[in-house]
Amino acid sequence: MTTNALTSKSSTSGRMGDKIFSGAALAAGILILVTLFAVAVFLLIQALPTFFADPAEVSGGQGFFTYIWPIVVGTVIAAAIALLIATPVGLGVALFISHFAPRKVAGPLGYVIDLLAAIPSVIYGAWGYMVLAPTLVPGFEWLSKNLGFIPLFEGPASQTGKTMLTAGIVLAVMVLPIITSLSREIFLQTPKLHEEAALALGATRWEMIKTAVIPFARPGIISAVMLGLGRALGETMAVALVLSTGNLIPSLIKTGNQTIAAEIALNFPEAFGLRLSELIAAGLVLFLITLLVNIIARGIISRHKEFSGAN
Amino acid sequence: MSATTTNPRHSTGGTPVPPARKRNSLAKGKLPKWAIWAVAAGAIIIGAAASTLTGFNIAAFAIYSAIIFLVAATIITTVVEGKRRGTNAMWTYLIYACFIVALIPLASVLYTVLEKGLPGINSHFLFSSMNGVTGAVDNQSVNDGAPVVGGAYHAVMGTLLITLWATLISVPVGMLTAVYLVEYGQGKTLSKAITFFVDVMTGIPSIVAGLFAAAFFGMILGPSARMGIVAAVALSVLMIPTVVRSTEEMLKIVPNELREASYALGVRRWRTILKVVVPTAISGIASGVTLAIARVIGETAPILVTAGIASQINMNVFANWMSTLPTFIYYQIMNPTSPTNVDPSVQRAWAAALLLILMVMALNLIARLVASIFAPKKGR
Repeated sequence: MTTNALTSKSSTSGRMGDKIFSGAALAAGILILVTLFAVAVFLLIQALPTFFADPAEVSGGQGFFTYIWPIVVGTVIAAAIALLIATPVGLGVALFISHFAPRKVAGPLGYVIDLLAAIPSVIYGAWGYMVLAPTLVPGFEWLSKNLGFIPLFEGPASQTGKTMLTAGIVLAVMVLPIITSLSREIFLQTPKLHEEAALALGATRWEMIKTAVIPFARPGIISAVMLGLGRALGETMAVALVLSTGNLIPSLIKTGNQTIAAEIALNFPEAFGLRLSELIAAGLVLFLITLLVNIIARGIISRHKEFSGAN
Repeated sequence: MSATTTNPRHSTGGTPVPPARKRNSLAKGKLPKWAIWAVAAGAIIIGAAASTLTGFNIAAFAIYSAIIFLVAATIITTVVEGKRRGTNAMWTYLIYACFIVALIPLASVLYTVLEKGLPGINSHFLFSSMNGVTGAVDNQSVNDGAPVVGGAYHAVMGTLLITLWATLISVPVGMLTAVYLVEYGQGKTLSKAITFFVDVMTGIPSIVAGLFAAAFFGMILGPSARMGIVAAVALSVLMIPTVVRSTEEMLKIVPNELREASYALGVRRWRTILKVVVPTAISGIASGVTLAIARVIGETAPILVTAGIASQINMNVFANWMSTLPTFIYYQIMNPTSPTNVDPSVQRAWAAALLLILMVMALNLIARLVASIFAPKKGR
């Protein structure tokens, strides 16, 4: 590089600027990695006392595993109910918006569904507590009367309606927009030629969807459901408000069960010492579970990146 | 295109197209349009009758009618138009049903919040805190019919302050990261790792983010360190990935020609980014940031474990406990001020819920407007 006065002046100040700016950008990126790492490390450090404590001192008196197991199962049950409801309905709504609704209303309808996602979770919780739970009581009574022989619906049904099934339904409402918006994006990306080819061969609209849209979108659907699962596992307020907690029981329409997130939210404000460490350990378990689910979901998306619109 | 595909009937001669026959062979075996409406009407009538048998209520009526309609419409279409069209009809109606089912909770939530929240919204609620409001005060207002006292001013302030601090932390970090990913890190292993972990971070449960901030500050400041800034850190853990993703998307669609033109004029890279790339994408970035704020402003769980709960006004995020609107709602419902007369607390909770929904909706609307009004021109 030739060194005359002009270039040397601009290159010293400019090079510094470049270095500082790219350094700042790099630092911000690394900060994110460090933060995620720190989340894991700090939770682990604060949780350690629980793992080494005398089993008799941990809540329940039989060690951490006995304490955490029922609420892990409760978390999974709540998330499973949510997904069982939200997956078919969410995919239906996504198909409705992408392939059934008239073009003109499809956009606004998508926006309406996105509004569902914008409503804060505590409001869903309050709604579940005050509106949905009392509304569902007759339904629970009917279930316990007619299907009571199945352990899932064993009576007597809760008179307040604050049960696992109610919590699962509220969670379903909350994960529905996630599943819908992700799978809608993917349905819209189906190659038009595939769809038109199917229609040209005489397929009905449903046959076109079955043969052209669904196979194309399958990895996207799976990852959308997994991301919904991640949300349902970690959702706190809906469960904390709606579920009246208790021991792990198979019946979904009786008072009982608990999830990790709600356990933390309900007990953390008053916790100290070993109890605090227990709750943080529970948080660590939740973190690991959702991390696993999300990594699997993201892995599926990135493996099919060329098709999926989720990225 | 249009020249080659003009209707041959028009191009061959001047003879007008003969009017369509009433029922040609192509339309044979098709259900007339009114038939579906007839089936729907029948289903509603039979559904009403069936639901009165088991004790009438709206839900049973709707469910019975829907099932009867679905079955009847499928059978009729199958009989008249064949099995394939019958299946098609069944799935079509099922998908319509899914959409209606999804709208019910949305309508119900919005209706409930409006119905129960509106009576509680007044200037007293908006501009006073819960300081000095005890169970006795609430009992009195229920027994004597006096207006409900106590408001959410402290919670509104807490929400705004904590969200502001969270934004101040996450916007620079998030934007710089996105700049790194798009401008500096193309194809590098580190940028791939960051992209992956940002995606993973999107899925962190909010309560875990809260626990992290609580554990982090707990180790530095002692186990009971609860104040606004801890909550702001917790919220920024949730907010950063959203900011990174939206900024990244926006920076990616800035056309490369702009960058090259700037480089050709001898402008340094950092000045190109600051003066050319970011301004081009700023509307999209702004709307993404607004959506991220809308997402964290309603978070409850992380605030619960990091900022505690307060009943008086606290404008200092660096000391003492703070309330936000979501935690205010939560505690008014879970631990009513007066355990024997919960109505005033419930009224305050719903009024706060209405306030919170209005805030979130306004933010969403602003984001949409910003994005659509100042939309950047795409490269292609």
